[in-house]
Parts: sequence; C-alpha cells; structure tokens
Amino acid sequence: MKKPNLPLVYMVCLLLVGVLLAAVPADNGYQVGDTARDFKLKNVDGKMVSMADYKDAKGFIVTFTCNTCPYSVAYEDRIIDLHKKYAPKGYPVIAINPNDATASPKDSYADMQQRAKKKNFPFAYLHDETQEITKAYGATRTPHLYIVQKQKDGKYKVAYIGTIDDNSRDASKVEKKYAEAALDQMVAGKTISQPNTKAIGCTIKWREA
Amino acid sequence: MQQHTYIFAAHVTYRMITRKLNLLLAALAFILISAPAFAQQVKVIKYKELEQIRNAPHDTLYVVNFWATWCKPCIKEMPYFEALTAQYKNQPVRVMLVSMDAAEDLEKRVKPFVQKRSLKSDVLLLDEVDANTWIDKLEPKWSGAIPATMVFNNKRKQYEFVEKELSQEELQSIILKYKP
Repeated sequence: MKKPNLPLVYMVCLLLVGVLLAAVPADNGYQVGDTARDFKLKNVDGKMVSMADYKDAKGFIVTFTCNTCPYSVAYEDRIIDLHKKYAPKGYPVIAINPNDATASPKDSYADMQQRAKKKNFPFAYLHDETQEITKAYGATRTPHLYIVQKQKDGKYKVAYIGTIDDNSRDASKVEKKYAEAALDQMVAGKTISQPNTKAIGCTIKWREA
Repeated sequence: MQQHTYIFAAHVTYRMITRKLNLLLAALAFILISAPAFAQQVKVIKYKELEQIRNAPHDTLYVVNFWATWCKPCIKEMPYFEALTAQYKNQPVRVMLVSMDAAEDLEKRVKPFVQKRSLKSDVLLLDEVDANTWIDKLEPKWSGAIPATMVFNNKRKQYEFVEKELSQEELQSIILKYKP
C-alpha cells in the first residue's frame, strides 16, 4: 500500500471536524431559572399547539420524547401517568418529538399519529419539524423533561430539567421519582430541592445539514 | 533379577503412562480454563470500577465509548472503535466499550451481540440503575445521551469528551492528536 500523505490526511481530518462542528447545534440551551420560549407546533390531531392555548395551566411538563428510543418507549406509560396526575393540578404534559424524520423514519408525523393513537396519549404530541424548539430548549436526549412554571407576567420559567425517575428499566423498582418530587414541591409552593437530574437516553437525531 | 527387571520395566511403563495422563489432564485443564479467554468476555462493573479506569495512571491512551445494544448510532460507529483496537495492537492505546444495557440483558442481548460481531476491544457492562448518581461525577458536561466517548491519558494529563456519534475521520483525528 502506498504510504498516505500524512499532512494531507491530517488537514482533511481537521476540515471534516470543522464542518461537523459547525453542523452540530451549540449546546447552550436553557438552564433552570431561564425563561422558556413558547412554540407553535403541529399536534398529532393536525392542530397547531402553543403553551399560550392552555389558559388555565400553571405550567407544563414539556417532554422531549419519540417513538423510537427504547427509553422513551419504556417511559410512555409513566409520561401518561404524570399527565393524569398533574394536569388536574395545572401542569399538563406537552410531548415534543425532536427527531428528524429523515434521520429516523419511524419518527415521522404519520408514525407519531399511529403511536399516539395506539397508546391513547391524553396529551399533545407535537412534531418539532425544524428542530428549532429542541435547539432553543437545549434538549439533547429522549426522554428529556423541562418543567416550566407560568409567571405572573405570563412568561414561562424553567423550574426543572432532567429525567422522570431513577429506573428507566422497571417502573416497579423506582425508588426516586425525581420529576414528581419537583412537581409536588412546585404545587406546594416550595423550592425544588433537586432541579437538575440526568439519565442515560438516546441522542436526538438531528437533521443533516 | 529377571523378575526385578520386569517389575522395573513395568514401573517405568506405569510412570510413563501416568505422566502422559497427567500431561493430557493438564492440557485439558488448560483448554478448559483458557477457553473463555479466547471467547470475548463482558465484564460487569460498578461505577467505582469505571472511576478506577478513568483515573488509571498509565501512559496509555484510553478510549472509552459508551454504547448499548439498542442504540443505533452507537452500533454504527462501533466498527471505527474496533478498527482502533486492530490498528494500535501492541501500542499503548486501549479501547473500552462500556455498555449501558441493563445487567438483566447481559446473557440475552449483550453477550450474543459481542459474539456475533466478534468484538476485539474490551467490553464492559456498567451495572448502575440510576445514572443521575454518577454521570456528573464522571463528566458534568455529559447530558446522558449515548453514544458518548471519552479519550484520556492521565500520565500526560490529556482528556477529551464528545457526546455524539463520531465518524471514522473524527475518531481517527482525536486519536492522532493524543496517541503516545
């Protein structure tokens, strides 16, 4: 084999890294305490949905999740339960699928509609087709929760960023319900003791530039 | 005298046979013991052991990739890590593939996956349920999405972390940058 021209290979590599770095969205999303922007995204029922549409809500459990990630699937029933428990208290779930349908075909709008129907989602399941909202929030994995609280001035303050609980695998073995603890504290008007949590999840499938 | 010789000969034959038998037994035992060493193993570890790897003081470039059998982009980039193992054989570059699969899936999913692909890199399974208890200790920048990869040589105080799927060019350029 011919010996490769190393400086050239190196330069090509650097160039490639540069191009790829430019294509990857910056990792500066919201932190707890920031104001979250509203959105207008297409729900599985064909209607456009914004947080502003929910006149009586005190806040939202904005959940970036999808059809394809095994962790998201494992959490589906628990996301439904979260909605059932906290929507009556003023905090409904709004699920947003952040994945690009070309990169992840089973996350297409039609597949989302199917999944929502099959699981009988009691909450909105929106398609972030341009991935603009996902980038603005700074979601990186599925599932990824942003619990926001509506302020007196109508703004949405990020109160919690993280995971649902400590056991993605087995709901019956959960010991720490991180999201519920945060929501209970919010509902009770207390400070959230653990506003940031992490979990292993699937990467978001970004649209190729 | 003749009888004595006969007994002696018998004794020698007997000793030869037992020696052969011993050798055979030893060979058999060796095969039995070492067989698993030929077949790729998956070592189940706790966070403490992962921390020890992260703090390894050697002048070795560790390439630790976090993956799972259910993670498509992880599987897509895996051949690039396997290529490193082959490429830097007998050099101080060590590729470790740390699976995030559940420990319950070790026999059913992880081991068959490793066998089927005849992975040559070290394969580990991190048996921790609540990632919230350890991710920040390992790397605060990590959101928890996989694939993710950390490259380090503690002796040379080198460290790099990436939370995304790598192309072969990207991975190669990272290794070229740090390779001892």
